[in-house]
Amino acid sequence: MTQKEADPLMPNDSQPQTFRSLAWRRFLRHRLALAGAVVISLIVLAALFAPLLAPHDPNHVEIMSAREGPSFQYLLGTDLVGRDVLSRLIYGARVSLSVGLLAVGMYVIIGLILGCLAGYFGGWVDMVISRLVDAVLSFPVLMLILVIVGLLGPSIINIVLVLGFLGWPEVARIVRGQTLAVREELYVLSSEAVGAPSSRIILKDILPNIMSPIIVNATFGVARAILIEAGLSFLGMGVQPPTASWGNMLNDAQSLSILETMPWIWVPPGLMIFIATISINFVGDGLRDALDPKMN
Amino acid sequence: MSPRIQEAQPVLSIRGLTTVFKTDLGNVKAVDGLDLDVHAGATLGIVGESGCGKSTVGLSIMMLIPDPPGKVTSGEIRFMGEDLTRLSNRDMRRIRGDKISMIFQEPMTSINPVRRVGETITEIIRAHRRISRKEAWEKGIEALDKVRIPSPEIRIKDYPHEMSGGMRQRVMIAMAICCDPALIIADEPTTALDVTIQAQILDLLDRIKDELGTSVILITHDLGVIAENAAQVAVMYAGTLVEYADTYTLFDNPLHPYTQGLLLSVPRLGADTSGRRRLNVIPGLVPNLLSLTSGCRFADRCRHVMDVCRREEPRVSFPDGKHLVRCWRFA
Amino acid sequence: MHTFIIRRILISIPVILLITMIMYLIINLAPGDPIDMLIGQSGLGVAEIEQIRNSLGLNEPIHIRYLKWLAQLSQGNLGFSYLDHQPVLTRIAERLVPTFSLMLFVIVISYLVAVPLGIISAIRQYTWMDYLATTLAFSGISFPNFFSGLVGIYIFSLVLNWLPTGGLQTIGQDFSILDRLYYLLLPGMVLAFREMGVLVRYTRSSMLDVIRQDYIRTARAGGLSEWSVIFRHALRNALLPLITMLGLTIPRLFAGVVIIEQIFQWPGMGRLAIEAILSRDYPVLMGLTLCTAVMVLLGNLLADILYGLADPRIRMSGRR
Repeated sequence: MTQKEADPLMPNDSQPQTFRSLAWRRFLRHRLALAGAVVISLIVLAALFAPLLAPHDPNHVEIMSAREGPSFQYLLGTDLVGRDVLSRLIYGARVSLSVGLLAVGMYVIIGLILGCLAGYFGGWVDMVISRLVDAVLSFPVLMLILVIVGLLGPSIINIVLVLGFLGWPEVARIVRGQTLAVREELYVLSSEAVGAPSSRIILKDILPNIMSPIIVNATFGVARAILIEAGLSFLGMGVQPPTASWGNMLNDAQSLSILETMPWIWVPPGLMIFIATISINFVGDGLRDALDPKMN
Repeated sequence: MSPRIQEAQPVLSIRGLTTVFKTDLGNVKAVDGLDLDVHAGATLGIVGESGCGKSTVGLSIMMLIPDPPGKVTSGEIRFMGEDLTRLSNRDMRRIRGDKISMIFQEPMTSINPVRRVGETITEIIRAHRRISRKEAWEKGIEALDKVRIPSPEIRIKDYPHEMSGGMRQRVMIAMAICCDPALIIADEPTTALDVTIQAQILDLLDRIKDELGTSVILITHDLGVIAENAAQVAVMYAGTLVEYADTYTLFDNPLHPYTQGLLLSVPRLGADTSGRRRLNVIPGLVPNLLSLTSGCRFADRCRHVMDVCRREEPRVSFPDGKHLVRCWRFA
Repeated sequence: MHTFIIRRILISIPVILLITMIMYLIINLAPGDPIDMLIGQSGLGVAEIEQIRNSLGLNEPIHIRYLKWLAQLSQGNLGFSYLDHQPVLTRIAERLVPTFSLMLFVIVISYLVAVPLGIISAIRQYTWMDYLATTLAFSGISFPNFFSGLVGIYIFSLVLNWLPTGGLQTIGQDFSILDRLYYLLLPGMVLAFREMGVLVRYTRSSMLDVIRQDYIRTARAGGLSEWSVIFRHALRNALLPLITMLGLTIPRLFAGVVIIEQIFQWPGMGRLAIEAILSRDYPVLMGLTLCTAVMVLLGNLLADILYGLADPRIRMSGRR
């Protein structure tokens, strides 16, 4: 009597059990991460549609209306030279988000390349890259950021470049570790055995399987980058006015009188930095729980 | 309910044990309606492949199932007149390590690496006996001696990483016997060890059982280990007990098709392989516990399957008074 | 152990040299130099400015200047500030105590509060205590510290008038520990808010990792009380990575310190750094770079030593 042959790859139920769907389910259960994802999506949308959403030109100066509190015309009030706080807030999202994404994008790519090379080829390639990683990591990072940005001139590009060049060692280290671990897996060895070129092995076999911790690291990295950019702009070494950045909007508040009497100038940008950062952090936490199979 | 395999009152008696785990995709009954007896001074082997629930049985007896995600949802475990499933955590703690102990599979990771071996053992002793630290230390050395660790008074001050795998497993056994338990549960105690060490450890367990009169539950997937060391055997499949008998009886006359398949699949030296080019395997795969269909869990892989097998789960029966089987062919 | 320390120090020296070299390069790549800063103020003619440049040796090639700086360094001389001609060493030294007292306060408070919170969060995972601690921790991590500083000043100084808005101590008053603490409190708490966030998460995840280990199950199987399992077995193992953190905390705190010192007018090394950058005071910048590089490397070394002492597996690897 014939028996139904159980398909070894598909257990006897109809739900797809791919890693991706399981991870997705886990993510959806993480309430804080979901909230974070919603909020950050809203912020991204606001940044993308800034010209449509902002009631005024963020750089338009109206001295007659300067230093006024919230009103119908200026929902969040005006700053020291009469620019609309709300519009600057919305445009500021563009700056913060783009710095975060560009910087992280840059150092993830560099870190992936170098880490993979170090992990896969080993030998002197590994040695050189690892020494480089150690050297950059030993740098007093803040001093370097301050010096470079302070001396070479504050601009978005400079900040992105500096963050990019300083952030890759951490990623490279993770990538290298993961590559070393995955390298000995059977599917890699079998690709090598059939003579696949190294580039193909790295791209098809290794990379897809090491992305999880990198995605998590990159997410937290965006949050960190936003904070650093805000801090630099706050100190006057980041994005310069008139371009609006949440950080430089807070610069004015260093004066005690402004701090006390005009909270609408500094509280909204500060809150936005907080909300954006915590949302991204929650998403990162959710991703980590979802992608890490160690958790039950 | 137990067949008249042995006359005396069992040390441990399990009836209808069901342990459930919550997973991302649904609830899994890792153990489903298990009945089992362990007799004094004897070794009961629980055998089955990975995932059949045998380790879960051991943890359930100790009430060590992590909650979440798991829970013992029904059944009773009778030990020394009490039902362990109804005990408070505090009362259960008095029993763990003292009356019932457990040995685990991985000696490399199962002992606290930052404390000396003696500290861990004496802590267990002093958790159950009101004696001074010095006396506990002495007892610890005694326990290490019983498990044949040379120069125990020196080794007791060692850290786990200073010991080999076999020695660590001995330490685990020492920790398990230091309070003279009535029952030891050994969960795959030798799987992670070299073959030669395996034999030594199993001998040790056997000797301790004789010397101290302890009962042992030996959980393993290795039929050879069962054959050598267990007096009775329980065969588990997909969370249920499918066959239970004296070792000799089981090996001589296995009744359940799964047991037969298991025994046939063990390659034997000197066996007649003429006409056969492949090892005997049981066709098919273990069913997914998340989506069990009605009927016997082995139905899809059984060569004697009948209609009733797919409809209803078989009831337990005792075909010849010596065996317990869960199969429609004998019901 | 001693050989380990000596070897690490020896390896660190070329790294420090490399760092200072690169810093020197970068600083000098910047357009403009300190003399440019003077031009507007003093109304000196071009020739006089060139003269000043020459006297300060600013026209010599970079590598010569760097070597000169090194030579000076080997004699224990860090040069003189371009700004006020004080020895760099003095200027840095007088800023050390304020910065370190701030950092010490933050470290002590953070560890005292955050570690127990992280432990509770881990052993009561998924309960309200865990969610509360996690949300607080995330808030701490996500709040930009300059914003917390501003909020802190707003609430506690301006509105409630409980604490001062900045400065090291009450002007004109003699040195008193209580007074210093009074001024330390707000900047310290603001910095600690973030540090605690980091530590709570770190402790929690370390504890969670340890609780899943096999030896915890063995301890439970031996009938030990839950208290004993958590505090005697789990904690000891979970604290190991935290000890390493201690060494790495110092360089991390420095980043926050820079901004906080600015907001609270705290006369520490952070503020010195910003002043030096804005006025292109090269000698001070180099001196600070050296200091911070040493701090980072010492921090790493400390972390490794502490870990080696705490973990018997490493402590004894020399012996057997």
